[in-house]
Amino acid sequence: MALVDQAPPRAARPQIITSTVRREPKGWTSWITTTDHKKIGILYLWTVAVFFVLGGVEALLIRLQLGTPENTLLTPEKYNQLFTMHGTTMVFLVVVPVWAGLANYLLPLMIGARDVAFPRLNAWSYWMFLFGGIALYASFFWTPPEAGWFSYVPLSSKEYSPSGGQDAWIFMAHLTGLSSMLGAVNFIATIHNMRAPGMGWGRLPLFVWTILIYSYLIVLAISSLAATVTMLLADRHFGTNFFDPSQGGSALLWQHLFWFFGHPEVYIFVLPAFGVFSEVLPVFARKPIFGYKAIAAATAGIAFLGLLVWAHHMFATPSATVVLAFFMLSSFVIAVPTGVKIFNWLATLWRGTIEFRVALLYAVGGIGTFVVGGITGIFLAVFPVDWQLTDTYFVVAHMHYVAFGGSAFAMFSALYYWFPKLTGRMLSEGIGKVAFWLTLIGFQVTFLVQHSAGLSGMPRRIFEYSSSSGWHAYNLISTIGAFIIALGVLLTIINVVRSLKHGAIAGPDPWKANTLEWFTPSPPPEHNFDAVPRVRSVEPMKDYRRQVEELSGSEQRFEAGKPMAHV
Amino acid sequence: MDPSRLLKLLLGAVPAALLALLATAVPASAGLLFPESGGGSPSAADIRTLYIIIFVIGLLVFLGVEGVLIWCLVKYRAKRGRVAAQIHGNTKLEIGWTVGAAVILVFLTIATFVMLPGIKNPAASDIDANGNPVASNAAFATTDQPKVPGGHSMNIEVNGKQYVWQFTYPGDDKVFSYTRMYVPVGMTITLDIRSDDVQHSWWIPELGGKADALPGYTNKTWFKVTEEGVYKGQCAELCGRNHANMLAEVVAMPFDEWQDWYDTEAQEIKDAEEFAADQREQMQGSEGDDSSSTESDTESE
Repeated sequence: MALVDQAPPRAARPQIITSTVRREPKGWTSWITTTDHKKIGILYLWTVAVFFVLGGVEALLIRLQLGTPENTLLTPEKYNQLFTMHGTTMVFLVVVPVWAGLANYLLPLMIGARDVAFPRLNAWSYWMFLFGGIALYASFFWTPPEAGWFSYVPLSSKEYSPSGGQDAWIFMAHLTGLSSMLGAVNFIATIHNMRAPGMGWGRLPLFVWTILIYSYLIVLAISSLAATVTMLLADRHFGTNFFDPSQGGSALLWQHLFWFFGHPEVYIFVLPAFGVFSEVLPVFARKPIFGYKAIAAATAGIAFLGLLVWAHHMFATPSATVVLAFFMLSSFVIAVPTGVKIFNWLATLWRGTIEFRVALLYAVGGIGTFVVGGITGIFLAVFPVDWQLTDTYFVVAHMHYVAFGGSAFAMFSALYYWFPKLTGRMLSEGIGKVAFWLTLIGFQVTFLVQHSAGLSGMPRRIFEYSSSSGWHAYNLISTIGAFIIALGVLLTIINVVRSLKHGAIAGPDPWKANTLEWFTPSPPPEHNFDAVPRVRSVEPMKDYRRQVEELSGSEQRFEAGKPMAHV
Repeated sequence: MDPSRLLKLLLGAVPAALLALLATAVPASAGLLFPESGGGSPSAADIRTLYIIIFVIGLLVFLGVEGVLIWCLVKYRAKRGRVAAQIHGNTKLEIGWTVGAAVILVFLTIATFVMLPGIKNPAASDIDANGNPVASNAAFATTDQPKVPGGHSMNIEVNGKQYVWQFTYPGDDKVFSYTRMYVPVGMTITLDIRSDDVQHSWWIPELGGKADALPGYTNKTWFKVTEEGVYKGQCAELCGRNHANMLAEVVAMPFDEWQDWYDTEAQEIKDAEEFAADQREQMQGSEGDDSSSTESDTESE
């Protein structure tokens, strides 16, 4: 490190001689006792993968039920349980913790730290997340919750949902919420205090910027959720009446409190996705990110405004027009920084030399898909129009364009981009491309027609519809699309499992990327870096490659995806 | 294909295709691209107009963004000998597209507030309480809880229960119906929407937007049907296991027919009440059993 050339201390320091080097722990106990951010990250990601598959199977069952009118495959009870579990799983156990997992692994590497600030707390965060998921899924052995992932009162009250499934949902929210908040505190402390020398705020990788903002949003929004579900728990079991209108409580209060969490939640799961796009595009366009400061500022702007738009979920409730107008305008304003990001990504591709790797495909597929969700979001922000569209399949389509297009596509992009770092091996580009096209086409087939289903009057969360409703064609197309997505995801899983053993050896920096995690071997050693380099720009690895080129005269070309000659 | 030729082709073909699409879609297929309307209710028609304004702007933004995205991907794909331009940003461009996005949203805001009164505030009724035509070009009301201009209207109480809609009509007769709401054509109908148990949401797509039914609150909406017919809808807020079958219909009929229906219902209720009163008299002294409530007792609560 750079410290050796300092003046020697007056009294000679005792020499430290190590007689043994601690062996890296192996075996299954090393996984449950670990405080290593990388192992915890891997645990998170595998757990998320399992929940993603479970949530996906629930979605397929929902689509099977709706494939034909007056279908009797599922009872209304089972159907309500399935969409409640699907929504809850995907929001609480997939799209939020996936970023916690990825950030766990990558954030210390990207900022040149040896671990997160509080490694034990970090382990605790993971185990709370796992137990939150188990608390929810254990209810499958009794009665799963069936009041929707949003659990509106009075339907979720003891009177209308007497089963313990609703309580399991509350405990899931408590445990995963606490997990997210502790994880967020950890990320905030790490980013503020443990950056590599020279890495000022203007040189922080954009993915780390989004994780920082994600963490602040979690602290602000999920604490509100924790209080809200506690109130519901007290209403259900301890005789309080926060939400009971017959006892002076308010059913509308739940909606305000829930969406005060619920809308920032959207940005919690979509901002890190934006971070992934901002990392992947410059690498595969071989160009610096366009408008670094604008993108970082837009992230903060979206997060701030994201705290002020919650009642746009409630336009059909009895609320004064001035309230509706405020939330329409705040929702409009949030479209501006979001648009800025998209324009900056387009400008990053412009005049680049674009390498069509699977990571890039998922990133641009995700952006293209998210744009549709953004535009339909404008329809929904206009409250008189929302009166027609809310609680219909138009909203289902909109939110999947945002959540799947934004978060899930970014998840797959991140998988292909960072898999070499996490495992030391490359994923197959061939399988990856087939999986990408299946997922993208399947997605559009599934969700594009749902706009039309909603516009022709199909409400959400109905377990059946009559054959005279005219919704059959839309639903059949949608069901077929869902299975195409499933095929794509299945191929992705096969690719991961296969590549863990048989993937090409990646080397430390297969993509010739820009950020510090590529400075260290793949997978990184337990202590991450032998020496933490000094950072001179937002693209430190590009600086080093330039230096190597100058010193050695050999061109550091991009040969992504190909096995490295040396191992 | 040469990217610039592709772009020219797209630029030429897209507006033409767009116009053709709009021309065919508007009359042909309500629901494919646009929300339902068609009962002649100004609220639904105005929502549809506002939606189409946003749709056109949204479609242009969509084509612009996706077009540039695909164009960049095709034009700037990696090729031997091509070098990526090392551009870090451009402040003027950043300000430009920020302002550009804002201008579009200001336009949409203005469009919304221009259309809002027609959607939110009840229009004047075409007929008065006796079914006689009145001049219907009166101005709209403007306050937050607007009165119907001209004063002619019918207020129906809508009550959501798991899993049925109950409608109570104005008048001392307390005429009520379930699932089917009977209204006279041309009459401005204002609705007071409530719930007895969990949340529901009142929605007849062709007659306008939703209004949630929340226990403890009264929500208000309105419509005016100008064409005879049956308009179907169903509960739009998850209300339990049978949410899918909480159906609603608005049956619009000429005023005279509606008056006949109303009088028949009123008479039936009166008969039932008299019958119940007789029963009670007969039973009095013998038992005084409270639980022997009749149909009219429970349903006129």
